[in-house]
Amino acid sequence: MLALKISQLKKCYKNGTEALKGVDLEVEKGDFFALLGPNGAGKSTTISIISGLVNKSSGKIQIFDTDIDHEPALAKSYIGLVPQEFNFNQFEPVQEILINQAGYYGINRTAATERARQYLQQLELWDKRNVMARELSGGMKRRLMIARALIHQPKLLILDEPTAGVDIEIRRSMWDFLHRINQQGTTIILTTHYLEEAESLCKNIAIIDHGRTIESTSMRKLLAQLTMETFILYLDKHTSTVPLDIPDCEIRIIDDQTLEVDIEQSNNLNHVFEALSRHDIHVLSMRNKSNRLEQLFMHLVDKNRNNKELAAALIQTAQETCD
Amino acid sequence: MTFNEKLTAYKTIVTKEYLRFIRIWIQTVLPPAITTALYFVIFGELIGSQISDIDGYSYMDYIVPGLILMSVITNSYANVVSSFYSAKFQRSIEELLISPTPNYLILAGFVSGGVARGLIVGLVVTMVAMFFSDFQVHSLLLSFTVFLLTAILFSIAGLINAIYAKSFDDITIIPTFVLTPLTYLGGIFYSIEMLPQFWQNISLINPILYMINSFRYGLLGISDTDITTALIIIILFITGLFSFALYLLNKGIGIKN
Repeated sequence: MLALKISQLKKCYKNGTEALKGVDLEVEKGDFFALLGPNGAGKSTTISIISGLVNKSSGKIQIFDTDIDHEPALAKSYIGLVPQEFNFNQFEPVQEILINQAGYYGINRTAATERARQYLQQLELWDKRNVMARELSGGMKRRLMIARALIHQPKLLILDEPTAGVDIEIRRSMWDFLHRINQQGTTIILTTHYLEEAESLCKNIAIIDHGRTIESTSMRKLLAQLTMETFILYLDKHTSTVPLDIPDCEIRIIDDQTLEVDIEQSNNLNHVFEALSRHDIHVLSMRNKSNRLEQLFMHLVDKNRNNKELAAALIQTAQETCD
Repeated sequence: MTFNEKLTAYKTIVTKEYLRFIRIWIQTVLPPAITTALYFVIFGELIGSQISDIDGYSYMDYIVPGLILMSVITNSYANVVSSFYSAKFQRSIEELLISPTPNYLILAGFVSGGVARGLIVGLVVTMVAMFFSDFQVHSLLLSFTVFLLTAILFSIAGLINAIYAKSFDDITIIPTFVLTPLTYLGGIFYSIEMLPQFWQNISLINPILYMINSFRYGLLGISDTDITTALIIIILFITGLFSFALYLLNKGIGIKN
């Protein structure tokens, strides 16, 4: 069963801006799904339309087989949304925000109070339950929005950059929490600029650029497209003695004791280490130059843009020929 | 949503709205009481003592209904316009928009909040009035009906203003330049029979004149206008504005991109 199915979703604003030019998306029930794209690609617009904050121009959206146009209330009851911007009343106590949100879903105050206690404890906000929301730190506000999105126990949780501006410790604890929620059966859709986050949490992925879906596949298949990897090697000797002609790789000298090595994924680095050892150079430590997903993401987005530019150039040439 | 779930959603909005203005009662409930007390002292006691009776009532008694209803009008309107616009400004309105709560309940919830403030402030002002005037209630049912309908009407109007508002300036323009002049010219302090015929005719275009006069009839038993006409006008306005506000919410005008 699909948790979310989007077909040819389009959004054109009154000023003529085409935010979405045809987004297609399928998210399986129980999935942890990454929705990626550069700034302005249309991720937030897509999420806003799904959750009823923006009217679509055309297209179809089904949430657990429920069409948002035909049964909007039922469709909405399936969704929990953690938006990008803080959107709670800053002058309300933390616990009241959760209880009121539950009330909007028809959950009575007694049940809502119990659920609020449960989520506030799980997200380590229980001590702050009577504090005004504006007094919380940025990380606490993010967690409050997660608790609020979960208060009606949605089947589909949508998180729009939930860890933006959050320190690494809190980010990791949020990842653990979201992973647990997903394990318990909640389908999760995540947008993020931390590609490491998407790679470590998500099973499937879609990339949106310029209002269109340019890739939608499993994380494993996507990463399998990666053919080259780049490593940074930190050496114990000056790089002037390094042999630059090691086969099956490309070596660049970064500074006195640092090398950058491009190597095909199918190869290993052993022959590089051996070649260096023959010159009495040892590798003290090493790391991936960049996140694997980041490399792919940039590649796909660049490819999409190059295709667009090529198409535009062809159209222009054709027009000039006609003239 | 089941009926009970809808009822819970409605109660949640109303409770939230009620707590919002009660929490800041020094800003919401106290000022109208003080302002009205000043009106009674200045216009009722000091100036009013120099004015002859109107329709058999002292000037102090004559202005009581208008002052009570003015506080209901301004507070019902102010409550909804500020609350709904703040929710838009802070984007906390999205909490409601993403929920399955139907738009008519969102509208009814905010309007009920405005009515609650209008009624509480109206009662406080009535109690203040009792220190200065010993008026007898002519028809409790009519007084309460007009009191309630006026609060509903101006709560809806406040919500429409908030939907269209794009800045905090926009929520003060209508109260300052439309509502206040219409209220003051709606016969709070005078009978339109005191005006030349031309201005009497102009005054009859003002819907607030009908509300104040029907409320005055409920309290004192005197009015410049026909009560049935007044009630029809109020109910027509409520129906029209409620439908319009619901249309705006359904379309997402001013609240959805």
